[in-house]
Amino acid sequence: MKYASEFRDPKAARAVLARIATVADQIGATREKPVHIMEICGGHTHAIFRYGLDKLVHEGVEFIHGPGCPVCVLPMARVDECVEIAKRPEVIFTTFGDAMRVPGTKKSLMQAKADGADIRMVYSPLDALELARRNPGREVVFFGLGFETTTPSTALAIQQAACESLSNFSVFCNHITVPEPIKALLDDPHMVLDGFIGPGHVSMVIGIHPYDFIAQDYGKPIVVAGFEPLDLLQSVLMVLEQIRDGRAEVENQYSRVVPEHGNPVSITAMADVYEKRPSFEWRGLGEIDASGLRIRAAYAAYDAEEKFGVGYAAGPRHVPEPEGCACGQVMTGRIKPTACPQFGKGCTPEMPLGALMVSSEGACAAYWQYGGARATEAAE
Amino acid sequence: MCLGIPGQIVAITDEPRMMALADVSGVRREVSVACVLDRPIGDLVGEWALIHVGFAMALIDADEAAKTLEALRDLGEAQEALEAMEEGAKALEADA
Repeated sequence: MKYASEFRDPKAARAVLARIATVADQIGATREKPVHIMEICGGHTHAIFRYGLDKLVHEGVEFIHGPGCPVCVLPMARVDECVEIAKRPEVIFTTFGDAMRVPGTKKSLMQAKADGADIRMVYSPLDALELARRNPGREVVFFGLGFETTTPSTALAIQQAACESLSNFSVFCNHITVPEPIKALLDDPHMVLDGFIGPGHVSMVIGIHPYDFIAQDYGKPIVVAGFEPLDLLQSVLMVLEQIRDGRAEVENQYSRVVPEHGNPVSITAMADVYEKRPSFEWRGLGEIDASGLRIRAAYAAYDAEEKFGVGYAAGPRHVPEPEGCACGQVMTGRIKPTACPQFGKGCTPEMPLGALMVSSEGACAAYWQYGGARATEAAE
Repeated sequence: MCLGIPGQIVAITDEPRMMALADVSGVRREVSVACVLDRPIGDLVGEWALIHVGFAMALIDADEAAKTLEALRDLGEAQEALEAMEEGAKALEADA
């Protein structure tokens, strides 16, 4: 564990924090006029709070918690559609555990399971495939969910099902992409974003070039980061140095895992199986053009939307968010979780109202878990 | 959901399907190595990989694996991934 301890070495962290402070001062960042850095990935949000990085960095650096938690951005209508599919007697509905507690209009998948639907938590789409092999008389549906880290695994599972001509396996595809929501946020005139911390494991799949537009078209720096505290601090420093030097580039702090051009097998599988939907609804962010993926016609036999006539195949439907829920404003950095009228009152991790409280990667859950009493006081 | 967990590839279980057995913090499970197959499949035995939802997504060195595992343990993500693997096994057992 030699390297691990180095990454937690307080001396090394202090040195980077000191450099962050110097550069923040050089660019004139203050508590009143901070530099806004958005971490896109929910895993980074979780790590920032877990290690208290938001408290350790210079007061002129403010983290804005981005939309990078796929469970958090799942619209209620999609949860309702999951429940609709899962209720069919012939269906075994399979999902990652993270999605079980996301509230739908009437119930979550957890509640639907308690009501008798055959819903099973799986670790991998490969588990769903295996269930289909073992249950030829049932329809096994996999809830495909997540950004580009998860997307290729579903694509490879669909390719495998096609290879075996498995006719009782399908995917309810809710895979989404990272670059488009960033573009939507940058186009939002209310957003003030000065730089980005790019997602590490998404970039391991897609490489760093899908972010070129952030630097080239919008003139903002982005640094792809790992998940260690020092990774994140170094990345903040790299963003600040770019701002100080008047540069806007895509830099890769996590090159030990992230190849410049991503993973070719994953990229090929995704291109084979999916195409962009014209538009996809994000919880809290609304419809974003070309931000979601659907299964290509060549694999229509494995598309649960086609098979069961639900979701976008039945026409898009929007379900309004619960009253008082400010997930959308939190996700776009307009307010802090504690400013939501439901935070810690109608909405807690035990009884979540909004999705940002469901997943440990959601900004509200992170505030609740690590902000402790301070967060609660702030809400009062 | 988007964090991979390091595991060591300990055996090849199904060459045509590109499946291998990985040891993830003492828990063994079959994973796909399709995404990291840049060499004869047998040569992957002993390698460390970042494993995400049952797929080896990147080969990493042993030091990086140790470092990442420690970070994931701190974040509670390692336990979450191991529990998810257990759930996956249970989902299959229900029909065995």
